[in-house]
Amino acid sequence: MVTRTQKPVPFSQKFESWLPRIVVSPLFALSLFFVYGFIGWTLYISFTKSGVMPNYTFEGLSQYERLWATPRWYVALGNMFVFSGLFIVISLTIGIFLAILLDQRVRIEGVIRTIYLYPMALSFIVTGTVWKWILNPGLGIQNFVRKAGFEDFSFDWLVNSDYAIYTVVIAAVWQSSGYAMALFLAGLRSVDDEILKAAAIDGASAFRTYFSVVLPIMRPVFLSTVIILAHLAIKSFDLVIALTGGGPGYATDMPATFMYAFAFQRSELGVAAASAVMMLTTVIAIVVPYLYSELRGKKR
Amino acid sequence: MNRRNLGGIVQQKGARHLAMRALLFLTLGVFCLYYLAPLIVMVATSLKSLEEIRTGSLISLPQDVTFDAWSKAWSSACVGVRCDGLKPFFWNSVAMVVPAVAISTILGALNGYALTKWQFRGANVIFALILFGAFIPFQVILLPMARTLGVLGLAGTIPGLVFVHIIYGLAFTTLFFRNFFIGVSDGIIQAAQVDGAGFFGIFFRIVLPMSLPAIVVTVIWQFTQIWNDFLFGIAFTVGDSNPVTVALNNVVNTSTGVKEYNVDMAAAIIAALPTLAVYVIAGAYFVRGLSAGAVKG
Amino acid sequence: MNILKKAFVISSVASALSAGSVYAEGTVEVLHWWTSGGEAKAVGELKNAFEAQGGTWIDSPIAGGGGDAAMTALRARVIAGNPPTAVQLKGPGIQEWAREGALNNVNDVAESEKWDGVLPPVLAEIMKYDGAYVAAPVNIHRVDWMWANPQALETAGVSEMPTTWDEFNAAAEKLMAAGIVPLAHGGQPWQDATVFEDVVLGIGGADFFRKALVELDQEALQSDTMIAAFDQLRTMRGYVDENFAGRDWNLATGMVMRGEAGFQIMGDWAKGEFLAAGKVPGVDFLCAPTPGNGFVLNSDSFTFFEVEGDENIAGQQVLASLIMSPGFQETFNLAKGSIPARTDVALDAFDACALRSHADLLAAIENDALVPSMAHEMAIPRSIRGEFLDLVTNFFNSDMSSEEAAQSLAAAVARAQ
Repeated sequence: MVTRTQKPVPFSQKFESWLPRIVVSPLFALSLFFVYGFIGWTLYISFTKSGVMPNYTFEGLSQYERLWATPRWYVALGNMFVFSGLFIVISLTIGIFLAILLDQRVRIEGVIRTIYLYPMALSFIVTGTVWKWILNPGLGIQNFVRKAGFEDFSFDWLVNSDYAIYTVVIAAVWQSSGYAMALFLAGLRSVDDEILKAAAIDGASAFRTYFSVVLPIMRPVFLSTVIILAHLAIKSFDLVIALTGGGPGYATDMPATFMYAFAFQRSELGVAAASAVMMLTTVIAIVVPYLYSELRGKKR
Repeated sequence: MNRRNLGGIVQQKGARHLAMRALLFLTLGVFCLYYLAPLIVMVATSLKSLEEIRTGSLISLPQDVTFDAWSKAWSSACVGVRCDGLKPFFWNSVAMVVPAVAISTILGALNGYALTKWQFRGANVIFALILFGAFIPFQVILLPMARTLGVLGLAGTIPGLVFVHIIYGLAFTTLFFRNFFIGVSDGIIQAAQVDGAGFFGIFFRIVLPMSLPAIVVTVIWQFTQIWNDFLFGIAFTVGDSNPVTVALNNVVNTSTGVKEYNVDMAAAIIAALPTLAVYVIAGAYFVRGLSAGAVKG
Repeated sequence: MNILKKAFVISSVASALSAGSVYAEGTVEVLHWWTSGGEAKAVGELKNAFEAQGGTWIDSPIAGGGGDAAMTALRARVIAGNPPTAVQLKGPGIQEWAREGALNNVNDVAESEKWDGVLPPVLAEIMKYDGAYVAAPVNIHRVDWMWANPQALETAGVSEMPTTWDEFNAAAEKLMAAGIVPLAHGGQPWQDATVFEDVVLGIGGADFFRKALVELDQEALQSDTMIAAFDQLRTMRGYVDENFAGRDWNLATGMVMRGEAGFQIMGDWAKGEFLAAGKVPGVDFLCAPTPGNGFVLNSDSFTFFEVEGDENIAGQQVLASLIMSPGFQETFNLAKGSIPARTDVALDAFDACALRSHADLLAAIENDALVPSMAHEMAIPRSIRGEFLDLVTNFFNSDMSSEEAAQSLAAAVARAQ
């Protein structure tokens, strides 16, 4: 039999130890209700025959059958993967690249950094509108280059069903890569000088130093940046609406715009809810394992 | 002997160094162009007259600079039957953003502090659950939130919108502060505890004053997100209480009538000015705040 | 005590009386998406008229073509329990909301002013639910119009406006040969659908239009006539310029105005554009109905939602009456480019195209050739219309075959029902 001796814990200390929980719990409860509760509501609606307004009679999987029989849904899904993948990878790459460049003790770093960072400040509506003109064949770059003499130049991705999604990538990368750069720059700056000196003494070239020494140290920064970029990728509803309106046809439709259209334009709340659930499932499948592996390693 | 630049890693080695340096600046310059071009288009277009826009190309510089579009966008552009320009909606946004940012930042700081400095079981799980809220597409919560706001009597009002932004800003503010506090040594907290300070005492007197970098990062992020929000704006406010993004959309996306590109661009810039100003002025603090660990693991 | 009591009674009666007079004028909060240009002017007329009667108008404009953002806001507000007093809402959408119990009716006003007698039956049905009026129409728009630039036609050697789709194709070929864009088009789903339904009317006639696009008969949707309609649509795809994707409709009208394009197929709100630019019908632009000898009806209306409070209900009644008054119908439609919903309004102030529209309307009613527009949400619920738009716009923007299109269309419609 194991006897345990416990010191009696004074009430004030016990209360203090509960205080963090008390403080966090209302905020946590709010999160629970407003995030998970609402997700639960949406999940339920996806099993009903809701049309114009929510209708709570259970209907089974009919909305999901309808969803997966709709050609437009497949276009939206494909676009989500293509866009998110390209957007995150390109933003990360440009971000790291520019951060490394700026880390080279450039005199006017402040100005350049501001220039790279300001697009983040704009709303997606603004970004979408401006890029819509710049990429419009008749008004923007194609027109400009042709007027400059290159008659055969063609850059009509915006109005081309197969390539339009890449224009969304261009605009989104423009908006967010500066932010990724700022995050990486901060991470780079916080790398201990000692490590750099050690690597230099060992004779490592600049290239190798960055690759094998610095970047691995920045794994936590990667996590935060990927989280933020993924968050922006999902939010890119505003951008798609402003830049292409989902077109040409529905070639640049995304699950977020699909859901919005079905819920609010087509009075099909059930299908919209089903598509939202599918979106969430995808997000969960990608984000949760990543979060888990990263946070688990955090020993405090 | 080669000089070593201890801050950067590129070693300075004479001619090769100069060539690398030149390449560096060239690359930086090209990217500057990429980021600046749309802004130049916006500003240039807003300063042109409609005639010039029609006849010229969108990327050309204005020949006759005119500020008419700006004054129209600010005070006389029509949003529905109300022709007061963006001005009243601009102030709506201000009234909405200030409380939302302030409250969500404080709550995030509290959350981050409680989750990291006071070990309790499940802290990590709770954090993960709160963080996941950052990923939900906001369309999902529009309808249930509308119902909730109605029940609370906040539907169609600016306080209602503030409430929504606070709730959905919690995930990110908590993230920023938690990550920052993890980098803060526990020693300070323990010392204060020995001195007899309690949970809140330590928070207000010690932790908060030293978390300025995290506060800056959080405030900048929240300000940008909330000011630029559109979806909540159209769903949860009505007519006169619309934020400036909704008003901008009304001005720009006319379903009929003449498309006044110059007014549209001027309006877009006006709507973007506060966040642009924040970034230009506070950008340095932003990076400094990030370095201080607001975003490290 | 007695004096106080008297004073109390007098003052409460007085306030009841004055409050009563406030109630008589009414308050309305109006949700709409006519946010700029000619349309804002038109809705401004309504506001002025309403306020002239002593009422209070609270404006809730939410821009976005076709009212998508407005519909989002509407849904959120109805769920929250504070709907607007009146909403710019039309077609089967009215019945959808009525089925949810979200509307108030203005039947008292309708009966006392005898709306049934002055509205086309097709339109009156749409404004009602369960036999009672829940909405008031402000206008009648015709969707099946063709607009042309006479100078461009002359240059290309086209002598008259085409009366069949084959004649149109021939004219288009001539325009292309002359270096002019045959068809100015804006590549947005609703515009694609507008052209589509005009083509269906011209190829199959009003009866086929009704069967396929209103009654959603599966056989009709897969029939050879439908395939022929898609063939014609495919041909017309070849007549638009390469920048058509995403273009707003009024910019396409601009192309015709400037002579860059020969034709535009668009409803008569395009006329509002021409008139606003100072163009004269018959001189600077030509109008003609698209082939088919029918009339595709679109009508904007204000729908009355379930609000409480005497002031709000009074406001609805006053607004309803105002909307249907001949004076307002005339002023509003002169600004908007459409014709009055009331068939008995004198059209002296209207231009030649409007007069033609009116004459054709009466003829169509007689010949049973008046059909509600599918593209503009008059014929079918939005859920099914959405499938039409998806399919048509996809067809227009890809190289789908006509047979495949007809098959997919039938399947999509079945899916949505």
